[in-house]
Amino acid sequence: MNKLLKAAAGIVLASALSVSAIAADKLKVGFIYIGPPGDHGWTYQHDQGRQAIDAHFGDKVETVFVENVPEGPDAERTITRLARQGAGLIFTTSFGYMDPTMNVAAKFPDVKFEHATGYKRSDNVSTYGARFYEGRYVIGQIAAQMSKSGVAGYIGSFPIPEVVRGINSFLLGAQTVNPDFKLKVIWVNSWFDPGREADAAKVLISQGADIITQHTDSTAAVQVAEEQGVSAFGQASDMAPFAPNALLTSIIDNWADYYIARTQAVLDGSWVSTDTFGGMDANMVEMARTLICQQLSKREPKLLLKLLKQVSYIRLLALFISKTVA
Amino acid sequence: MSAYEAIILTIITASTPLLLAAIGELVVERSGVLNLGIEGMMVMGAVCGFAASYVTGSPWLGVLAAVLAGVATSLLFGFLTQSLMTNQVATGLAITLLGLGLSGLIGSGFVGLPGVKLTSVSIPWLTDLPYVGRLVFGQDPLVYVSVILTLGVAYVLKHTRVGLIIRAVGQNHHSAHALGYRVIAVRYACIAFGGATSGLAGAYLSLVYTPQWIENMTAGRGWIALALVVFSTWLPARLAAGAYLFGGVWILGLYAQGMGIGIPSQLLSSLPYVATILALVIISTNRRLSVINTPASLGQGFVPDR
Repeated sequence: MNKLLKAAAGIVLASALSVSAIAADKLKVGFIYIGPPGDHGWTYQHDQGRQAIDAHFGDKVETVFVENVPEGPDAERTITRLARQGAGLIFTTSFGYMDPTMNVAAKFPDVKFEHATGYKRSDNVSTYGARFYEGRYVIGQIAAQMSKSGVAGYIGSFPIPEVVRGINSFLLGAQTVNPDFKLKVIWVNSWFDPGREADAAKVLISQGADIITQHTDSTAAVQVAEEQGVSAFGQASDMAPFAPNALLTSIIDNWADYYIARTQAVLDGSWVSTDTFGGMDANMVEMARTLICQQLSKREPKLLLKLLKQVSYIRLLALFISKTVA
Repeated sequence: MSAYEAIILTIITASTPLLLAAIGELVVERSGVLNLGIEGMMVMGAVCGFAASYVTGSPWLGVLAAVLAGVATSLLFGFLTQSLMTNQVATGLAITLLGLGLSGLIGSGFVGLPGVKLTSVSIPWLTDLPYVGRLVFGQDPLVYVSVILTLGVAYVLKHTRVGLIIRAVGQNHHSAHALGYRVIAVRYACIAFGGATSGLAGAYLSLVYTPQWIENMTAGRGWIALALVVFSTWLPARLAAGAYLFGGVWILGLYAQGMGIGIPSQLLSSLPYVATILALVIISTNRRLSVINTPASLGQGFVPDR
């Protein structure tokens, strides 16, 4: 009886060790999303980054994601659950996950955390962000050129530093082209609420704005712009399918390269806590190559020359033109 | 389109889903059933309406599908509360949670697809009238449906025998049963009507308001509709006033933001709720008026005594 028990225990132990050996080879990367990947906005681009990791690493890495996680205590619970399930690298993709990420990181010192658009770091927490304001500056200039009424409408989410920075960039960019350019801002106090965004867009248009831009994540605002015949800019990803005529361009966040690099760092064991803040030159911010851009660049080369002459941020614009014309 | 036309159009668009859901709930509560599941029925209507209109290409088939989805969900609620005698409050909350989750599941394949919009009515000569043309003759079809429903419910409840029976069942179901009226059948019918209008309200959201599907699209409008029914002291005319007041204050708050008035946006977002509470306080100062229409059997299960 004793021998049988010892043999059984030996088999169980051997198989457990081999299973954990296999598990140790495969890195589990977790993602916490603030909204659904189908928002065709912020979360969509993060999910594109996640899919890029899958495509690049194949069997060596397994990705999981949790969507629609509200900022607050729910977030802390969800991040803890991911860490307990064996994730080695966790991306938390919204500003409001800052404190929950720091709290969970303190409890799991072996797990690496990447927090988007935050400012708190520790030994196992990195922060990363993209210089969206570069994109905002460019679309401000485009808006001032394209606008007939000289008024644009901006749908803001929360008055946090990143959003305010985007609004200021937009207006500064617009004012280099038209010093009297006006900007109306409506705060919807939500990252993702299509009903409110549609209401805000309608209100802005009726108050004289003929360019709508947003820092919220749904496509409702560009749809309203399409309906009412004004122009719009998309947020975080190319929203052209929702507004083929209205959409001038979108700022696209490209996370794929950064995510692949960080995952490789964890696999190599070279991961350290950093702060990354890349812009157009790091390819983290791109402009969407919409139909209208292509039509404009063919039909109105003078417009582009005018933009070139009026702008002191020449390198920036040259990059923009190279991405639309090329 | 002048600015004032645009404001009123936007207010009407914002208020119509509330009015649609609330008018059905008014009938349900008048018959003595407290239905807390409006939010779930609305969101089921929204997802089924969007799915059907996307698959078939016709928004009207989507509206039909939304109504059927609302009715189906409400009949589930009806079965649980009327035939199995479960607690109405708890069942209503359960139906809300079920609706929110199930709609997310059904809609998961439809997120991020552009929808088919229900086009506005356009009567050749009337719609082009200078000030009132678009407001009176150029609305979405469902806005006209909401107006007709409100007028219809007001008339039926006050001036017809059917309405009298419904009110009798709501006031004192034992007396109504003693008089020979089939209490449970009447309540089933009212619950189905409530489900149909909630589904219609959901269809409005996903086919007219923002023609797309997103999880939790209703964003709490079902609860607002529920509060509006109580606010209106169960009278359809006051219900319409309440719905448009709520929508109006909400849109005007956005206008104030756009105009650059320095009031914080969070305060302006809270204004519709504050306005509704204020109106309710004013109504309640006349105690007789506010209590007289309360269905006395509201929320009580009916067990026929032999």
